[in-house]
Amino acid sequence: MAWTGQILRVNLTAGTCVAEPLNREWAALYLGQRGLATKYLAAEIDPKIDALSPANKLIMATGPLTGTMASTGGRYSVITKSPLTGAIACSNSGGFIGNEIKMAGWDMIIFEGKSPKPVYLYLENEKAELHDASHLWGKSAWDTDHHLHNEYQDPLLRIACVGRSAEQGCLYAGVINDLHRAAGRSGVGTVMASKNLKAVAVRGTKGVGNVRDMKAFMQATNAAKAVLSGNPVTGEGLPKLGTQVLMNVINEVGAMPTRNMREVQFEGSNRISAEAMLVPRESDGKPNLVTNAACFGCTIACGRISTIDPKHYTIVNRPQYMGANGGLEYEAAWALGSDTGVDDLDALTFANFICNEDGFDPISFGSTVAAAMELYEIGAITLATTGGIEMKFGSAEALTKAAELVAKGEGFGRDLGLGSKRLCEKYGHPDLSMTVKGQEFPAYDPRGIQGMGLAYATSNRGACHLRGYTVSSEILGVPVKTDPLTTDGKPELVKAFQDATAAVDSSGLCVFTTFAWTLEDIAPQVDAACVGGWTPEKMLEMGERIWNLERKFNIDAGLTAADDTLPKRLLKDAAKTGPAKGKVNELHKMLPHYYEIRGWTADGVPTPDTLNRLSV
Amino acid sequence: MKHVVIGAGPSGVVAAETLRKLDASASVTIVGDEPEAPYSRMALPYFLVKQIPEEGTHLRKGANHFAQQRIDIVQDRVTAVDRAAKSLTLASGGKMAYDKLLIATGSRPVAPPIPGMDLPGIFSCWTLADGRAIAQRAKPGAKVLLMGAGFIGCIILEALAQSGADLTVVEMEDRMVPRMMNDTAGNMIKAWCQSHGVHVHTSTRVTGIAKGSAHPFKVDLSTGQQLDADLIVSATGVRPNVEFLDGAGLEVQQGIFINRHMQTNDPDIYAAGDVAQGRDFSTGESSVQAIQPTATEHGQLAARNMAGHTGAVHRGSVNMNVLDTLGLISSSFGLWMGKPGGDSAELVNRERYRYLNLQFDGDTLVGATSLGMTQHVGVIRGLIQTRTRLGKWKDKLLEDPTRLMEAYLASTQAVGFNAALLK
Amino acid sequence: MLKALQLEPEKCTGCLQCEMACSYENEGVFNPSKSRIKVFNFHDEGRFAPYTCSQCSEAWCLHACPVEAIVINPMTGAKDVLEDVCVGCKVCTIACPFGTVNYNADSGKVIKCDLCGGDPACATACPTGAITYVDAEHTGLARMKAHASQTIPKN
Repeated sequence: MAWTGQILRVNLTAGTCVAEPLNREWAALYLGQRGLATKYLAAEIDPKIDALSPANKLIMATGPLTGTMASTGGRYSVITKSPLTGAIACSNSGGFIGNEIKMAGWDMIIFEGKSPKPVYLYLENEKAELHDASHLWGKSAWDTDHHLHNEYQDPLLRIACVGRSAEQGCLYAGVINDLHRAAGRSGVGTVMASKNLKAVAVRGTKGVGNVRDMKAFMQATNAAKAVLSGNPVTGEGLPKLGTQVLMNVINEVGAMPTRNMREVQFEGSNRISAEAMLVPRESDGKPNLVTNAACFGCTIACGRISTIDPKHYTIVNRPQYMGANGGLEYEAAWALGSDTGVDDLDALTFANFICNEDGFDPISFGSTVAAAMELYEIGAITLATTGGIEMKFGSAEALTKAAELVAKGEGFGRDLGLGSKRLCEKYGHPDLSMTVKGQEFPAYDPRGIQGMGLAYATSNRGACHLRGYTVSSEILGVPVKTDPLTTDGKPELVKAFQDATAAVDSSGLCVFTTFAWTLEDIAPQVDAACVGGWTPEKMLEMGERIWNLERKFNIDAGLTAADDTLPKRLLKDAAKTGPAKGKVNELHKMLPHYYEIRGWTADGVPTPDTLNRLSV
Repeated sequence: MKHVVIGAGPSGVVAAETLRKLDASASVTIVGDEPEAPYSRMALPYFLVKQIPEEGTHLRKGANHFAQQRIDIVQDRVTAVDRAAKSLTLASGGKMAYDKLLIATGSRPVAPPIPGMDLPGIFSCWTLADGRAIAQRAKPGAKVLLMGAGFIGCIILEALAQSGADLTVVEMEDRMVPRMMNDTAGNMIKAWCQSHGVHVHTSTRVTGIAKGSAHPFKVDLSTGQQLDADLIVSATGVRPNVEFLDGAGLEVQQGIFINRHMQTNDPDIYAAGDVAQGRDFSTGESSVQAIQPTATEHGQLAARNMAGHTGAVHRGSVNMNVLDTLGLISSSFGLWMGKPGGDSAELVNRERYRYLNLQFDGDTLVGATSLGMTQHVGVIRGLIQTRTRLGKWKDKLLEDPTRLMEAYLASTQAVGFNAALLK
Repeated sequence: MLKALQLEPEKCTGCLQCEMACSYENEGVFNPSKSRIKVFNFHDEGRFAPYTCSQCSEAWCLHACPVEAIVINPMTGAKDVLEDVCVGCKVCTIACPFGTVNYNADSGKVIKCDLCGGDPACATACPTGAITYVDAEHTGLARMKAHASQTIPKN
């Protein structure tokens, strides 16, 4: 229960949409969303295929709590093989599309093959139709959204789509929904565009009602909501300051990657922080932040809605950027700002708008720009390469120009769209790419937060903070405080976070709830909704199962233990300032023990016993 | 004080109730010529498809409602009004005196002058008796010919199609609901009906009806085509019930002419509802609006004036209609055809049967047409009737008319710090 | 004293918990498309506005109904739709100048806010206090009422 029991299989090659029953056995083992869709993907594709070939599949999956009154119960994930990393990709998004897919009566949508011409999927309850999207191809995500809303004359149509960056082959293009929420990482949008699938437009009016025990469910969700509102992070910090609440905190602990991770503290952080977003500007007396906003069902509401200074050079005579829109989250502010050395809040906000408008990941984009800036600084690329852009650290103009080029896949934007790894390889300096498995780092320097080094190195989708957010423990003390500068106990900590997160990502809930919730808060909600006796222990075991399934997928795809590493800079060049001064990341002290407690061989391969124990 | 209301439709009943509320001691009488308790013609189609029992059509559900309200209901027909004597002549032979009189006699269907229209078995769908007769004959598979695809025709169409009859509609004009929908919308409704198995002939007249052999009727069309029919339902138009006023000296144009106090040219005689030619909000002219909301609005206002509340001035009623044609919901409001020199916004999706057309005068909304819109349509009336200045929201609506609800809220409901931002 | 829903858009985050609570209370499922309260998103302005029937004293819907399917609940003052009487003619949906009576194609009837009989689920569910159920004389409400009454003069 809580599942609709129906999945939609869309064969883009044949142009067919067919309903099929959900595999209940798998649902009992993998719950939904990340776990369940990974199971389907692993079962249906050869992990060795080219991610951008028609043989790849793309799954949009909801969790059992998606579309319910559980706080944050509106999540969905896009699961596919990543063109950026060659590993499993699973990108999670909020907004209002996940709940809509569920309310239309579907647990997930599996896209397979490749359409001979651009199409979009229109889904209205049981009605599923592929329509010609020639008129939408070449349009930004925002224009596509606007166009479909007008075509259907329905403001409540929920739309997920790709922008021009994805069409142009940018390897870190995401799937944008509701204008500025994104399944952002690992190039899931690139895969979608490679299938000639421009958009998914959904209207669901059937609702979600088949909760196992409604009374218990309301009790559990109400109790859990009270925990969120009473917690200082989810009850005050996130609503008021958003994830940007972290900017000054992380800078102070010396874990703020700066200028392509050469430094660990950014002198301009207070000019691009959450607090800076609240300061009224001179031109119109208004602050950058207009309001906080919630995704579907979310009682935290960390989303930022911002405007750009009307006098700022980026938007003069460009009314389409003058209204309120999705503002800076911490990761975007860091990648577009600190990592490029740019401290112009409005330029960052503009670049973020562009990332949303044309659907590409601001983390990967910012980091790639940072790498380009370093390449430019050492002379590995020149004005001739960049098409005349002075790619200097700290240049807002370079950042915003780069964003517009990547958006359209023009000029130097095509190089930047390859991502940091391929860019640095192309120009002869692979060590300057700050990536793991080809995916760019997020905003926590693992020299200042040791556990994150292991989390990055072993993340199944490449460098990522959302696969095991030990920052929670190492910096914020949630659920217990650990020392960020030591490696002791970190393998256990990383494993616990990775497994728990995989479970949360399979439920339909948002991982940000885990600033306040543990599985003790989450399991009763899942259990009240679903048959299967979902205890915290069972959730955690499922998380471990998912982790191993993803790992197995990656190994079958050809990845090895050699890919579980960090760039040399983080392993050899010590932090220059702050509490972590003199430290490198001591991955070698953590990785062997991590393999061991995972039940993997010394080469990082899950043993048959482990896979059997977990019924993978 | 003796108030007499002629007509037991919505307008008459609302007027009588309002009179009772405003004056506890007055005598209030409704004279109606149908045998049933006061009922709603609007509800007849639902009775026709057996969605509701006959009682479901009743305007008031309590068995003793009118007795409790001390409203006398007299079943009779008024044949003449003697203004000098302030007295009514009744068909049953008696007389009835009044101090204040409200004429709410409504309208009745007009049969077009076509040979054969007087044959038995041709019905209009106007009274409960008609409804019963049609329901009995509109069997699944029966060949039913509906003459007229106006508002009333379309309401009946819905019921006839639901009954499973093999339905053909003949309409003189070039589209369906021509007095409520423009060319685009009217033809989209036609296409919808056709896609649902209804045969629709527009720009076509019935030229003659004769007895048939295999089927009761043979029908000749202006196109030269000949159709068989088991049942013919006529909905080609209505005419106000004013004949009993012949010689009474009341001013009658399209209907009984009334001023903004709902008064006729006799200060003690008022008129309301389908029979009255009252003020149209949008045009400022007087016209007959044969629609439910106007009927009750008229009834209420007339009653208040009759009870001496002469401050109750009629600002005019907004002409509006909502229609459900085999599941396609359409509505039109005010000056849906637009105002000369005014801007308009239009979105058409023929494939999806979605249509939205907004008409402006300066920056106020004066009319609208919609197909497929069921949520928050009432704000169109709100915006039209309040003559709300839309300001910058008019430009946004020109660009994207689906932002109607935002425009409405921003222009009328903005509160707190939202107000400054949204206006 | 009668109570009324007070809506404060400035506090709304657009989470739609109210719509889910409303649809659950009235339809037994989480289904915003069947909610009697709706949150409108002013995207370009960065604002959200919860909106539902103010139970206006003019009761346009009630007077427009041809079959007496909308009645005043004496306990709450709400204008309640009697579902078994409603024939689905939709006249109330065009008559209500606030746009707060809507047609539900699934049931073939209209739906509108009935204050949940005196314990509105939306107000309970709202996490930010943007929807509260307060004494009708509350100042914030007076502001809304003042607005409502000016919307269309009752002749």
